[in-house]
Amino acid sequence: MSALTREETEALVQEVLEVYPEKAKKDRAKHLMINDKELESSKKCITSNRKSLPGVMTMRGCAYAGSKGVVWGPIKDVISISHGPVGCGQYSRAGRRNYYVGTTGIDSFCEMNFTSDFQEKDIVFGGDKKLAKLINEIELLFPLNKAISIQSECPVGLIGDDIEAVAKKAAKELNKPVVPVRCEGFRGVSQSLGHHIANDSVRDWIISNRDGQPFEKTPYDVAILGDYNVGGDAWASRILLEEMGLRVVAQWSGDGTLAEMENTPNVKLNLLHCYRSMNYISRHMEEKYGIPWLEYNFFGPTKIKESLRKIASFFDDSIKEGAERVIEKYTPMMDAVIAKFKPRLQGKKVMLYVGGLRPRHVVGAYEDLGMEVVGAGYEFAHNDDYDRTIKEMGDATLIYDDVTGFEFEEFVKAMKPDLIGSGIKEKYVFHKMGVPFRQLHSWDYSGPYHGCDGFAIFAKDMDLTLNNPCWNMMQPPWQEKPAKSLLKEPLLKAA
Amino acid sequence: MAKLRQAAIYGKGGIGKSTTTQNLVAALAEAGKKVMIVGCDPKADSTRLILHAKAQNSVMELAAEAGSVEDLELEDVLSVGYGGIKCVESGGPEPGVGCAGRGVITAINFLEEEGAYTDDLDFVFYDVLGDVVCGGFAMPIRENKAQEIYIVCSGEMMAMYAANNIAKGIVKYANSGGVRLAGLICNSRNTDREDELIEALAEKLGTQMIHFIPRDNAVQHAEIRRMTVIEFDPTHKQADEYRTLAKKIVDNKKFVIPTPITMDELEALLMEFGIMEVEDTSIIGKTAAELAAEAVAA
Repeated sequence: MSALTREETEALVQEVLEVYPEKAKKDRAKHLMINDKELESSKKCITSNRKSLPGVMTMRGCAYAGSKGVVWGPIKDVISISHGPVGCGQYSRAGRRNYYVGTTGIDSFCEMNFTSDFQEKDIVFGGDKKLAKLINEIELLFPLNKAISIQSECPVGLIGDDIEAVAKKAAKELNKPVVPVRCEGFRGVSQSLGHHIANDSVRDWIISNRDGQPFEKTPYDVAILGDYNVGGDAWASRILLEEMGLRVVAQWSGDGTLAEMENTPNVKLNLLHCYRSMNYISRHMEEKYGIPWLEYNFFGPTKIKESLRKIASFFDDSIKEGAERVIEKYTPMMDAVIAKFKPRLQGKKVMLYVGGLRPRHVVGAYEDLGMEVVGAGYEFAHNDDYDRTIKEMGDATLIYDDVTGFEFEEFVKAMKPDLIGSGIKEKYVFHKMGVPFRQLHSWDYSGPYHGCDGFAIFAKDMDLTLNNPCWNMMQPPWQEKPAKSLLKEPLLKAA
Repeated sequence: MAKLRQAAIYGKGGIGKSTTTQNLVAALAEAGKKVMIVGCDPKADSTRLILHAKAQNSVMELAAEAGSVEDLELEDVLSVGYGGIKCVESGGPEPGVGCAGRGVITAINFLEEEGAYTDDLDFVFYDVLGDVVCGGFAMPIRENKAQEIYIVCSGEMMAMYAANNIAKGIVKYANSGGVRLAGLICNSRNTDREDELIEALAEKLGTQMIHFIPRDNAVQHAEIRRMTVIEFDPTHKQADEYRTLAKKIVDNKKFVIPTPITMDELEALLMEFGIMEVEDTSIIGKTAAELAAEAVAA
């Protein structure tokens, strides 16, 4: 059951769109849909991966964010240079909470900001000489780095800096990969293109580096793809895989290393958590090395069980037994978590607006706790993401693509969710509206949320937030009426 | 004191913009005007005839050496040459790297902030690289900069194409700022009926041919010595041509928003003057072999 009936949701969407000028209304209508689980494809119901309209307060990032921030940044022994003015590198430094084991500044570099810090003269005379110098300095000061990537900021594309030539020369001199990445922020409509560009650069400069070299294989080798180890997510996932008898050869890219990535072509199966940001390299490895890939979901016990069995089906009986053993081992623990928190969360409604996989992947975890996701949306999804989302969401629930600030607020006012899961830019808007909120990009400085260990933390965090007594004290005594909606009254008497 | 007039000189590459500008400015200085030249071309060759120098140290070059533009002082970049003419070169990167347009923007901002536009100046001339290829090279004609533009051209086809294209660029900035086309300067290449042709083009663009400068080797003789004709041989008749141009510019009142013409109109004009042959559409896209075969068949 949705929070609203299909008719009510339709009325809500119409009412919200009414405020827009004609052209914007026409465009935004295509990005909003009311779910119908029977649908095979999302194509006719929702448009995605299109340019945001100016003035709508989109929450998207840029291609540089997708490449440097998401894909390349978390590889711990690779130094990623933010090539351009200082801001992009500084404001994307260490913000995603990609945990890693290592000594920062010695053999691991994720939390540091390496930048060519462009000045006027670098724009006018080109930044390539400075880049070459920077690479040499990096090598001198941080000799344990295993590779260097050059992440292009906008001006690099405008002035035509030949970073490929610099990279080629440096790679030869240093005898290690130096990867030019053309992820200028103005390319594409969101961070999504940055993921693709980053995947392509891994394909072109990294993936086949160890082809033909000896590698001690086992029949149980897998790689974790699209897990960025936010708050330790990949570790909580890895435990389960190892306990069922698999050998995790590589983590892409949270707490991952260059060697792991280069060894990935040797695995039997690629396990893909974030489809959006790493489907490209998965497909490439399938084509080139014949490695199958499998999407899995380690949020909440139901999906974990499903995923463990799906993964095991690719292997022999020892792994299938291993999966059952793992399920059996963790079921009591999961049941205890549910027994404790479900009574406190039962029937609560959630609205989500996140990035690559979470708007659909966390639905099961909420359902395990007796909660219901009544609205979900993505910043930068494509239609293949929505195809998958249709199946996870309930009928008549609301799905929104690249939602605008206005729409999101109005939807929340009308649907009155008990909890919102989204990002830092959205957080305080909803806090001020008195709605409990969790960050679902960074786990609000908590985590992990993946795996069985993660589910226990997830459940506790949701309870802490939702049942926090502060929400009953939001109304100062002199302010009796709640914040007014921009919409014409009365919108939904029933709700 | 009269109000400061700022003028920008545009035109096809190699047409003689820098030479014409410097001779013109020398003539103005000779007549007692206070003038500054701002070279807006990474080649930095807009002031050599005034300074008798190979190439002046440019703003961007010095800024790169010093670390940033903020580290420079005005006297570092400003040189004074013949007739008290103040000279500045914006400078920029070697071909193929960086962004020369940004160099022009940075240099002009620097001059403004450092107070290079002093009250005693009568004229500032911007000598701008061949074509308005990007926003940077339009900097001299944005608001509060050059208000009048002179296009140097000749009776050659490509020079006229360029003049028309530059006129198109001026229209854009004429509508947003106050810039106006002030005239075409014909720097003669001794083509047939050149003066009539440029006058006809000027009329179509809604402007005037402000002066026809005949071709004369005296210009080259002076240039070898890194001098203007005005300085090298003030008695030469070519010096008088530049003096006349200078006087016409001082007295110029005809500032217009140009009316650029279409390619078809321009080609019709060129055909009328015999510069361009009437196009034979039957041969377009045919190889030599195909044409030979057709000739045989006929």
